[in-house]
Amino acid sequence: MKELSLNILDIVQNSISAEASLIEILLAETDETLRITIKDDGRGMSPEFLATVMDPFSTTRKTRKVGMGIPLFKLAAEQTGGELTITSRTRDMSPEDHGTVISAFFYKNHMDFTPLGDVVSTLISLIQGCPDVDFLFEHELPNGEMVHLDTREMREALGDEIPLNSFEVLEWARESLNEQYGF
Amino acid sequence: MKSLEELAAIRNKMKDRVAIRENNGDIRIVVGMATCGIAAGARPVLNAFVEEVRKQHADNATVTQTGCIGMCRLEPIVEVFEGGKERVTYVKVKPAMVPRIVKEHILGGKPITEYTIGAAE
Repeated sequence: MKELSLNILDIVQNSISAEASLIEILLAETDETLRITIKDDGRGMSPEFLATVMDPFSTTRKTRKVGMGIPLFKLAAEQTGGELTITSRTRDMSPEDHGTVISAFFYKNHMDFTPLGDVVSTLISLIQGCPDVDFLFEHELPNGEMVHLDTREMREALGDEIPLNSFEVLEWARESLNEQYGF
Repeated sequence: MKSLEELAAIRNKMKDRVAIRENNGDIRIVVGMATCGIAAGARPVLNAFVEEVRKQHADNATVTQTGCIGMCRLEPIVEVFEGGKERVTYVKVKPAMVPRIVKEHILGGKPITEYTIGAAE
C-alpha cells in the first residue's frame, strides 16, 4: 500500500465483516514513532484462525477467506523495525468483552517507513460505506494535540432520520477533521 | 472549529428531503473496496463518485461499497446496477473517468463502452 491510511481502510473492513458495532481507530504519534491501534467489538477470531491470519502462506487452501490485508500491514510495521500484534476474543471465549485489537508500531525515521497519508479520506470512506457502524477516531499528534471524531456524538446531534452517509454530514466530518489537522 | 450544533442545523435542513430521496435510489453504483481494490486506488474513485453524484444532481443514484469482486488485476472495479437493465462493470477506473460516467451513464443512460470490462478483455 502507498499509504498507511490505506492499510487502515483495509484492516477496518475485517472489523466490519466481523459485525462490529463500534470500531476505534487510535493513532499515537511522537516525533520518532507512530502507533496505530484498531479495536473492534466484533465476533473475534479463534487462536487457530488468528495463526492463519498472520501468515496466509503457511495455510492450506481451505482458508480462502484469509486475505493479504494483515500480512501487508505487518510487513509495513516490521520493515521500520516495529511490530504488529493482534489479540482477539470470540463470543464463546468472552461473551461480555469480545472483539479484536490490532496494534502496529512504526519507527517513522526509518527509510522504509510508509507515510500515514490521507487518513481523513479513509475515515470518510468508512463512514460512507458503513453508516450504521460507529467509529471513534483519535489521533494524538507529536505536539500533544488530539484530533477527534466520534460518530456516536454525530448520531446524537443528527437524530434517527438523517443517515451518517448523507453528503452534508460527510462534508461536515471532512471539514471538522481538516480543521483539527490545520489543513 | 466545526461544532455539533452545525449537525443539528443540517438535520433540520434535511429532514424534508430524506423522505423523498428514499424512494429514488434506483441506480446503484458499487465500488470494490477489498485489499486489491484499495491497493489499486479505489478510495479516491469512491470519493469521486460521492462528489460527482452530488455535483451533477444524480439523485436517482446511490454509491455503495463491496468486497473483492474476483478480478483483482482489473481493480479498481465499479459496477452499476439499474433495475431491468444488465449490470455494467467498469474496470481500472480512475477518478478522472468518474464525471463522464455520472454524466453519460448515470444521468444519460448510455454506458461508456470503452471503460467497461468488455473493452479491457
